[in-house]
Amino acid sequence: MTIIIALVALGSLTLLLALMLILANKKLYVYEDPRIDIVEDLLPHANCGACGFPGCRPFAEALVSGRALPGKCTVSTDAGRQKIADYLGVALGAEEKIVARLACAGGINVALNRARYQGVKTCQAASLVSGGGKGCFWGCLGFGDCEVACDFDAITMNPFSLPVVDVDKCTACGDCVEACPKELFSLQPISNRLWVACKNLDAGDEVLEDCQVGCTACGKCAMDAPGGLISMINNLPVVDYSKNHNTQAPIQRCPTGAIVWLDDEEGVVKGRESKKIIRKGERGMGFS
Amino acid sequence: MQSTTLTGPLLTFRHGIHPEEYKELSSHRPIERMPFVEEYILPLSQHIGAPARPVVREGQRVRRGELIAEPAGFVSVGLHAPVDGTVTAIGLFGHPNGQMSPAIRIKADRFSSQRLTLAPPIPPEQISAADFIAAVQRAGLVGLGGAAFPAHVKFSIPEGRHIRCLMVNGCECEPFLTCDHRLMLEYADELMDGVGILQHFIRAEKIYIGIEANKPDAIAVLREKAGGGALPIEVVPLQVKYPQGAEKMMITAILGEEVPGGKLPLDVGVLVSNVGTTVALSQYFRQGLPLIERVLTVTGPAVRRPANVLVPLGAPMRAVTDFCGGISDEAARILLGGPMMGVVQKSLDVPVVKGISGILALTDAEVRDFSTYNCIRCGRCLEACPLFLNPARLGLLARKGLWEEMEAYNVLDCFECGSCSFVCPSGIPLVQSFRVGKAMIREQKARERQG
Repeated sequence: MTIIIALVALGSLTLLLALMLILANKKLYVYEDPRIDIVEDLLPHANCGACGFPGCRPFAEALVSGRALPGKCTVSTDAGRQKIADYLGVALGAEEKIVARLACAGGINVALNRARYQGVKTCQAASLVSGGGKGCFWGCLGFGDCEVACDFDAITMNPFSLPVVDVDKCTACGDCVEACPKELFSLQPISNRLWVACKNLDAGDEVLEDCQVGCTACGKCAMDAPGGLISMINNLPVVDYSKNHNTQAPIQRCPTGAIVWLDDEEGVVKGRESKKIIRKGERGMGFS
Repeated sequence: MQSTTLTGPLLTFRHGIHPEEYKELSSHRPIERMPFVEEYILPLSQHIGAPARPVVREGQRVRRGELIAEPAGFVSVGLHAPVDGTVTAIGLFGHPNGQMSPAIRIKADRFSSQRLTLAPPIPPEQISAADFIAAVQRAGLVGLGGAAFPAHVKFSIPEGRHIRCLMVNGCECEPFLTCDHRLMLEYADELMDGVGILQHFIRAEKIYIGIEANKPDAIAVLREKAGGGALPIEVVPLQVKYPQGAEKMMITAILGEEVPGGKLPLDVGVLVSNVGTTVALSQYFRQGLPLIERVLTVTGPAVRRPANVLVPLGAPMRAVTDFCGGISDEAARILLGGPMMGVVQKSLDVPVVKGISGILALTDAEVRDFSTYNCIRCGRCLEACPLFLNPARLGLLARKGLWEEMEAYNVLDCFECGSCSFVCPSGIPLVQSFRVGKAMIREQKARERQG
């Protein structure tokens, strides 16, 4: 008998609660576009924020509501973006690919160390101790904070302790820009091929003492550049990318190779007159 | 107050460490004035806060003690020319903190007598508290103990707050450094006068001068000067322990009270002023000498002639070490400041700035091997931390880059004394990683404030 009472009591309670849940589901239902889920599934789930939205889900919501176009997602492949565009029936909104570029070429084979840094092996820590051991105040410290920060394996440290960006993998999320204590990374449209790979504000032979590929502020690139494309500001050439910058003329007479041409096939192209660096080992220590 | 004799148990705080002192290298050397050199570089940012704004042009002639950069905001101080000379450049120059920072370069006038020609400001007894604060700011005064926090900000007591206790910090707990010790011996009158000026505005009930017991001569001199005066001064010998000279530790030692985490000494009604700052205060109001020079201890086994030197600000470090006979070839590491909190330098081509209390050249014998082993959970760092933080835990969090969690473990209270790294048997760079963590948290907060 007891068991029957228990069954009936619990059973009716279950039914009652189920009824309430059904009613609540009907009454409090929030309509959400089912396309959001589908679009989110088509996105790469990297949640990197490169599109300008907090993550893939908010971006999917923006796509469905028409506030953004699929081209904004830099992580997805061309086919993936096209798929979203086809599904939603919107334009692809193709944008030019943006990549992270490093404004330093001072690997350990060309840059002099003034002191050997010992301690926490990160760039952040090294930069707090007298700016790191390098002779150049502005140069890359080479401990690879950017490599660690990159979620896409787009940055690897080369044998000279200098980060190399894999342009295909880079999504321009900006993590490396934030990670670098020397602020050497910046996000650039991939068509900006004329590139100044130096941030040293000194001028003349002082620069060469610390780094053989530093900019000595000789100004030849600015002279050779057509129509005010390059101006010398604070001892560094500054390229005005709003002008036609599709020319290799400015790099040709650079004595150190501080201004380079970033080519898709050939990689980093230096000018004819720039010194060839053949040293494979460390340049070593120097005391002044 | 618990006890004040030299013989009884000395006052101190809990935890802390006992590093070897090495003070005998320079503690008996009287302060020498360094001859003027050719060129001075004065970074606009020698203090915590906004960099000063230059008021001179390139090519302009300046007199010794003349204002060359004015404060740019409340938390900022003025900067004065350390020599008669000509401004040759305003641009980027190396700073001891390792950055390139804007600075004024002055070429000294070779034929000038370098006599101070400025009249002293109005005696402090005749001016209001607001004028006093403004004058201190103009004088470029900062805490000379090492943090270089603008002195006038510290001296500005908010409305309705009362300072019951004024403390003068003569602990000098860092090994090797002896500049405050020499100041107390040789500038005792100026020190007492500075205390008097401060007391005139603060009106504290009690004044303590805290000195570590390893400086009995300074204790004796100051006791003699303080006795019979009108001020309620007490000279308190403190136990020799690092970091006794940290202001929070000194308050704990003398009053037996703690300054709560995230709060200032002001919140417990205490004002702590370093010996050097107090002397500089008197020199400005009585002689008209703004902060254009300071005493440095140049010492270490690799310095040929350890000394305490009165150096004009902006002089190149190399000139200072050359004055002390130069640095021998055995030098393995050069630090600005003491061995515990000092910053390692890669080059001597940086100028002397307000916050630097010494130049230290160590040989291989004093520099520890940098191999790092795993944490063995011995807990020595917990017993060393004067703030009762958990360095072992914080070190782990720092290694993983968990900055927010570090904040939850109160890393922002850490004043980077380095006791944890000193005692760690595994050689883990604890305080070094906390510095990174603090910098990252501050950066994060600045970013949040910008939105």
